[in-house]
Amino acid sequence: MILIFAEHQKGQFKKAAFEAVTYGYKVAQATGSSCAALVLGSASDAGTLGKYGASKVFQVEDAALENFDSQVYAAVIAAAMQQTGAKLLVLPHSSTGKSLLGRLAARLNAASVAGVNALPVVDNGFRVKRPVFSGKAIAEYELKSDIKIISLTGNALQPQVTGQDAPVEALSVTVPASRVKVKSVERAEGIVPLPEAELVVSAGRGMKGPENWGIIEELANVIGATTACSRPVADADWRPHHEHVGQTGIAIRPNLYIAIGISGAIQHLAGVNSSKTIVVINKDKEAPFFKAADYGVEGDLFEVVPRLTEAFRKFKGGNG
Amino acid sequence: MKLLVCISKTPDTTTKIALTGDKSALDANGVQYIMNPYDEWYALVRALEITEKSGGTVTLINVGKADNDAIIRKGLAIGANDAVRVDIEPQSSLSVAKQIAEHAKTGNYDIIFLGKETIDYNGSEVGAMVAEYLDLPFISYASKLELDGNTATISRDIEGGVEVVEVATPFVISAAKGLAEQRIPNMRGIMTSKTKPIAVVSPVAFDDLAVTVSYELPKEKSAVKMVDPNDMDELVRLLHEEAKAI
Repeated sequence: MILIFAEHQKGQFKKAAFEAVTYGYKVAQATGSSCAALVLGSASDAGTLGKYGASKVFQVEDAALENFDSQVYAAVIAAAMQQTGAKLLVLPHSSTGKSLLGRLAARLNAASVAGVNALPVVDNGFRVKRPVFSGKAIAEYELKSDIKIISLTGNALQPQVTGQDAPVEALSVTVPASRVKVKSVERAEGIVPLPEAELVVSAGRGMKGPENWGIIEELANVIGATTACSRPVADADWRPHHEHVGQTGIAIRPNLYIAIGISGAIQHLAGVNSSKTIVVINKDKEAPFFKAADYGVEGDLFEVVPRLTEAFRKFKGGNG
Repeated sequence: MKLLVCISKTPDTTTKIALTGDKSALDANGVQYIMNPYDEWYALVRALEITEKSGGTVTLINVGKADNDAIIRKGLAIGANDAVRVDIEPQSSLSVAKQIAEHAKTGNYDIIFLGKETIDYNGSEVGAMVAEYLDLPFISYASKLELDGNTATISRDIEGGVEVVEVATPFVISAAKGLAEQRIPNMRGIMTSKTKPIAVVSPVAFDDLAVTVSYELPKEKSAVKMVDPNDMDELVRLLHEEAKAI
């Protein structure tokens, strides 16, 4: 059996959870296995994971699971793996998933690969690929152990509805006490977090100052994108640290990345070059980012961005 | 406090990646190797700040052959007291973690530091593995760490925000940007580093479970298509019809 760790936030499943279930469903089909989801903590509509291909949803509810502690979660997931006899575990490649992957690999003596972005090759053993060297190469691994663990990058595949809600079965697992006390959690409300965003509008030093960000936010609003920024902008406190994408910030792979007034230093590219489509708006035609772009606009961003916002607004209006 | 900092050797960010003829490995010719920046700039420096303020020692650990001594010396020059090198070419994350844990389990370390990821494989796996082998709490993506006696208050980066946790030593922590500021080794540090001890220890046996089969280079990106800055309707059309991005 293939077990999918379905991450949620206060009962709301993340898109990554549906993607991971779809992934597990496809692997199950290719290997003649079945795919089940595992939900830790309370989530009212856990059965909905069945729509994406989970034939069953296992759930462990315990007050101690309301806050995330990798040690506690790993113990519970390992117990669930044992009870269900699952041989492959799929985690999201999120801060939570990444903290769990290594723990579970050590605990279960399992081969693990982090940041997988495509389906495995299963005709002779079990092989998966992932980008390495900040996307400058792709490595293929063979997983030779009985139990295998992978984490799946966001937007690697689209969730697909394949069936109906699945039955939810409570698992009885002893939840160990946590040695980590969560004191506070602060999240920007109402926005899609960057690692999960399909559309990202990002701006850099070319903006000249934080007071000019209105045009960026307006563009992002019109297309429903998440805003991001380059490192100098975060370092100067023009924008919050959690918006910083690039090598030292967050690595993202949205469907569309619009880079505005960002020159495209190699450290920035390392965090964004897996984006499916890249648009670069810059007044300097020598900006290195143009070489990594699909579409380029050479011009003054203070003129081009409002024009682009208008064009999107017109497009949205014409397409309902 | 007795602190352990795990350091890793990685190709420099600007390295042009080329593969060996049989595509089984990275072509090391002309590759400039550095200490993984997250290990050096954030994990090591925060560990040093703690011992400078409250006393104690900082030990480095690296898994690798003798050619790694250059980066270990750099860590000693920045201020670490001593170092351990486990004498084996690093293979999978799990094997590296196993070697570190074997040393750490008898070391009585209060805190084990490492960077949030290495900039070559970006897996973020080793810290969690070491913590699991040692049955310790693991706080990942830490951007702030304050100590009050044996109690640490740590801010960690999560998707779209920050979580603040409290944990007692011993624990494992992975460092993100913000935990400390990069330090450049000074001349005195470089001179004293030459006499600081690097203990070379033998590895424990470990069978690798995940094996690299081959590498490939990504497809070349096609040339950028320039769009007239006065015609953003055309850009929207291309994004919709050609790229299917919206």
